[in-house]
Amino acid sequence: MEPFKIIKSIATPLDKVNVDTDQIIPKQFLKLVQKTGFGQYLFYDWRFSTDGTPKEDFILNNPKYRDSKILLTRDNFGCGSSREHAVWALLDYGFVVVIAPSFADIFYNNCFKNGILPIKLDRKKIESLFKTNSEIEVNLENQTIIIPNETISFDIESHRKKTLLEGLDDISITLQYEDKISQYEKSQIVF
Amino acid sequence: MPKTLFEKIWDSRVVVEQKNGPTLLYVDRHLVHEVTSPQAFDGLRMNKRKVRRPDLTFATMDHNVPTSDRSLPIIDEISARQIQVLEKNCKEFDIQLFDINSPNQGIVHVIGPELGITLPGTTIVCGDSHTSTHGAFGALAFGIGTSDVEHVLATQCIWMEKPKTFEIKIEGKRKNNHAVTAKDIILSIIRHIGTAGGSGTVIEYSGKTISDLTMEQRMTICNMSIEGGARAGLIAPDEKTFAYLKGRKYIPKNYDELIDYWSENLKSDPGASFDKIFTLRVDKISPQVTWGTNPAMTTDVTSTVPFPEEYAKGNQDEEKAAIKALQYMDLKPGTQITDISIDRVFIGSCTNSRLEDLIEASKIVKGKKVSPKVRAMIVPGSQLVKKQAEELGLDKIFKEANFEWRESGCSMCLGMNPDILAAGERCASTSNRNFEGRQGAGGRTHLVSPVMAAAAALAGHFVDVRELDLN
Repeated sequence: MEPFKIIKSIATPLDKVNVDTDQIIPKQFLKLVQKTGFGQYLFYDWRFSTDGTPKEDFILNNPKYRDSKILLTRDNFGCGSSREHAVWALLDYGFVVVIAPSFADIFYNNCFKNGILPIKLDRKKIESLFKTNSEIEVNLENQTIIIPNETISFDIESHRKKTLLEGLDDISITLQYEDKISQYEKSQIVF
Repeated sequence: MPKTLFEKIWDSRVVVEQKNGPTLLYVDRHLVHEVTSPQAFDGLRMNKRKVRRPDLTFATMDHNVPTSDRSLPIIDEISARQIQVLEKNCKEFDIQLFDINSPNQGIVHVIGPELGITLPGTTIVCGDSHTSTHGAFGALAFGIGTSDVEHVLATQCIWMEKPKTFEIKIEGKRKNNHAVTAKDIILSIIRHIGTAGGSGTVIEYSGKTISDLTMEQRMTICNMSIEGGARAGLIAPDEKTFAYLKGRKYIPKNYDELIDYWSENLKSDPGASFDKIFTLRVDKISPQVTWGTNPAMTTDVTSTVPFPEEYAKGNQDEEKAAIKALQYMDLKPGTQITDISIDRVFIGSCTNSRLEDLIEASKIVKGKKVSPKVRAMIVPGSQLVKKQAEELGLDKIFKEANFEWRESGCSMCLGMNPDILAAGERCASTSNRNFEGRQGAGGRTHLVSPVMAAAAALAGHFVDVRELDLN
């Protein structure tokens, strides 16, 4: 995984609560057997009409947000299915940061495995981001979001921060505990 | 210090504990299916890693398998490829696979318990959010993403932040057990706590009402814990649990000895404290019907489609969501639920596709006909459920009433196979998610119990099943 860098971008405001993973990546696109190529299907039913033409009123189709790397949204983002395809689609489309008041647990966890930073911010701070119309800067090292005239700080679990900043691979870390795993298997009832 | 059931299972599965950071937990059972595993196996190959415990890993194909005649080839080439890839991966990594022609094939959360792979006190993971179903057996079971599937394949362990605990007590006596079902209990819970009410927690369902439920009904409850935001739901195992599993194919040889250990250890201690508590009284609950696009948008069958402001109770984001949901569902506030006409009926999914679900639905259907404007299908959860139902003659009852009697799989719960709604079609579904487009782009889903779905199929609109003779 690539180490996480400072991100400067305009934030795409997706003003909806409870955005579920079926909306992020509809099921007809879950049949690929690789991790790439999902970006074109991101929010498919919201982005495109049935004949495949982009829906003008959907925020991602506004040219202003074409190169946006930051998605700004509301409570319980990523609820529903555990499909990691949702995270792959966001990443493949170009989003590396998602900011919301809260996330569904599995989605939140999946983000870190793929180098996406999900930031939990309280509603008041989120409001000022929704009002910001220019580029913002996300700095994970300092745990700050810099908008014109304001620096907003955010919390993140220290080990998760480390994973992203160093681009660590969970499996290699775990394999260092091989002796503990073997010891556990010997000492416990393993059904 | 008194401990909760969750804490006992958690503590017994700790491999590495850190002061600041997640815990490495041992995984006793890993269930694998065709949709969320290909990229995980690829990762293993790329890094020249093996599956650490193929003996604790079980695979089946359920998400995109067709439910039509199994002797015919799969028409959708991409689905066929995903199925072939799973076959190839299981062969290469020496994993037990219940393939499309196996008598044990079925929805992963139906076959786990059915085959005795699911056991009390174990940790069970699967790349599917409805893994919470297995919690009905007192197993700590939760859904994971594909990166974690790869991690578990390689290490048989998983890193996890310790969740908080949430006790949901279910008290009281339902007036009519055949009409007000486990599905209505869990929908009522989600309606009260919301779709994020259980976020960050493991739910333990307790109380007399829970002990009175059968194992299959308990599975329906635990299954939808995820719709309440919790990754896992738990019910302490008891005599019913042990009797259900006894004699099943994959239970350990020392099963009887384990029963003693489980009965003694697998319950929350008196006085154990939970981070959160909610109590539901079931005496007065009615059959539930969802009207919106998330499972908390639920109301009584006797009620009307709510006004957005009434539903949102002052929360502006929720009000906006309700307006959007009503638009999508093409419903007007104030409409009687029983006046809503339907085009399709789906009885199936890991929530409600087991033998008891089919038996209960068949009682409604027997000797009657599906409304001519409705297309109705029954998709048994597994080949075993299908076989048992056929032995009881249920297939005949359904077919004579013009229901389609199909092969097992996830089917129209998520519409990855050809079983989907057309845009604008309205469906009474026994599945677990009424999200926009879940059952087909533009399709409109109302979640209900199997008896409610069966009754709606006959009438062509929702009916209060309490008014029918169900005994």
